[in-house]
Amino acid sequence: MKAFRQLTGTAAPLREKGQLMANIDTDMIIPKQFLKTVERTGLSKGLFHELKTLPDGSPDPDFVLNQPAFEKSGILIAGDNFGCGSSREHAPWALLDQGISCVIAPSFADIFYNNCLKNGILPVVLPAEVCDALADQAGGGNHVFTVDLEAQVVTAPDGGVHPFEIGSGARQNLLEGLDEIGATLRASDQIEEFEARRRLAMPWLAREA
Amino acid sequence: MTAKTLYDKIWESHLVGEDAETGEALIYIDLHLIHEVTTPQAFAGLRQAGRSVRRPELTLAVADHNTPTENQAAGLRGVHDPQARTQLETLARNVAEHGIEFFPMGHANNGIVHVVGPEQGRTQPGLTIVCGDSHTSTHGAFGALAHGIGTSEVEHVLATQTLRARKMKNMAVDVHGELADGVTAKDLALHLIARIGTAGGTGHVIEYRGEAIRALSMEARMTLCNLSIEAGARAGLIAPDETTFEYMAGRPMAPKAGAWETAMAYWQTLHSDADAPWDEVINIDAAEVEPTVTWGTSPEQAIALSGRVPRPEDYPEPSKQNAVARALDYMGLEGGAPIAGTPVQRVFIGSCTNSRIEDLRAAADIVRGRQVAEGVRAMVVPGSGLVRAQAEAEGLDVIFREAGFEWRQPGCSMCLGMNPDILAPGERCASTSNRNFEGRQGRGGRTHLMSPQLAARAAVNGVIG
Ligand code: SF4
Repeated sequence: MKAFRQLTGTAAPLREKGQLMANIDTDMIIPKQFLKTVERTGLSKGLFHELKTLPDGSPDPDFVLNQPAFEKSGILIAGDNFGCGSSREHAPWALLDQGISCVIAPSFADIFYNNCLKNGILPVVLPAEVCDALADQAGGGNHVFTVDLEAQVVTAPDGGVHPFEIGSGARQNLLEGLDEIGATLRASDQIEEFEARRRLAMPWLAREA
Repeated sequence: MTAKTLYDKIWESHLVGEDAETGEALIYIDLHLIHEVTTPQAFAGLRQAGRSVRRPELTLAVADHNTPTENQAAGLRGVHDPQARTQLETLARNVAEHGIEFFPMGHANNGIVHVVGPEQGRTQPGLTIVCGDSHTSTHGAFGALAHGIGTSEVEHVLATQTLRARKMKNMAVDVHGELADGVTAKDLALHLIARIGTAGGTGHVIEYRGEAIRALSMEARMTLCNLSIEAGARAGLIAPDETTFEYMAGRPMAPKAGAWETAMAYWQTLHSDADAPWDEVINIDAAEVEPTVTWGTSPEQAIALSGRVPRPEDYPEPSKQNAVARALDYMGLEGGAPIAGTPVQRVFIGSCTNSRIEDLRAAADIVRGRQVAEGVRAMVVPGSGLVRAQAEAEGLDVIFREAGFEWRQPGCSMCLGMNPDILAPGERCASTSNRNFEGRQGRGGRTHLMSPQLAARAAVNGVIG
């Protein structure tokens, strides 16, 4: 996993009629026709497919990531409950493939939040009013944001500094770009001890390998 | 000793280790269910790192998400979508390489992963169960801690048989009294989601309690727990009782005589202590739950069948108004109109929410001797090969076929439309599945979630109601 420390650049707000869109589900982030791959890469073409494509199949010029100012944004700003729905990790993979490694929203769905952390994407939770305020500045003249995980702050284009919370374990893993499986395997003694206890306590679960 | 919830008990009995500083724990996983869509990248990751599957015997594989529901006897040659075929072939290769039990498409035991686990007796009280599919919450009906995981976590579980997790909060949903006749677990679930919202359970594990829950069959409990994720909860739980034990007895992988008694002694400890502390308690009066359907594009956009579709101006918050306006527009509905009487063109009875034998019986009871309305295309997709065989033994297939339903082979089918079963743009579908998101059943398709009974009625009447 790639480490996340600091990111500076533009931020793309996902808005509809001036409001940040709430309940962006994983079918909207990446619809199922793009889940048939056996790879992790190349998924950006499916990212927000229905939102970014007009019924005739051409790109919708109004969709934020289709606009030249935002097509390279590494930060996304969205409304409440971002990433609800399925457990598909294709959602964070598609974001990464697009170059987005930070999503700012008032709240996230659990599984999606976790999936972000496993892929080096920083999910930043900030109050709804702050998200709205950040979205308002996204298109301004000097619209550069800085997200600093070490300091746990988002600095807005107007210079406003917004601290955010994140679990200390998640923070550390992101900062290090930790190989979680490797780290867990270093604790295999503990796993073996657990399995020995389990065999005694729940003998009916024993199955021959 | 401090009082504990059922979730606390299962969590603690599976703790391999815990980092006191970060709160991150390592949890042992008793059963890992896998399927073709969310595993190829996990196995590829293992291979790249030169790692193996730690406990293949605690893993069970099925092909379900993108399998066709016709002509399965043709095998993979009958899968016309080359990408779907590649995923199915990849799964077959991976499970063979790692010695994992597999029910491939066409196998008598094949079916939707969340139907197969319980049916085989692999799902048992007190276990930790994960799968790369969010509706893994289904298995909570047995008093197992079960939830969906992402592909990186699938890889982690394959390699270590553990999961890195943090403890969730405890939410009790107490359903008092009795559900009225004709009101099902699906109605109860949609009622709850409409009330607390799709983020209402975020960060929590929900335990369902109360007389109305005790009265539910295992099938109905699975429907309810299945939909916990649509309320935002990580998992749903129902403490095991006689209903659970009766369902399990004699299943292929259930403990056998001797071991059964030992297991039973443990299972009977699996309930929340009377004075256990809850982070949140929701009370529902069962008598107030009516047959419920969704009108919009989120499971929380649900109303009683007797109700009217809301108007944007019914909501004070501008973001809600926008969401309602967008949903009405997508669904092609007028705010303020009654939901009953809305014409449908498609009916789908299936998915891990409602494709078990009891669901098919309930639908067949309504359909018996009647005809699918003109202009409606209706299909039944049994949850598994065993459900299909059972239904055929009871003659349910004949009832459905004679009425004009398509009688399909098992799979996820139109629940997510990854196989050829999809809606055309603008088509309206009465569906027993779990998600009515935009495009879920096909681009531009309009989904109304409801119980098998209501879906069967929509099929024969041609309208919701
Ligand atoms: S039926 Fe639908 S929700 Fe259930 S496992 Fe299949 S795709 Fe997932």
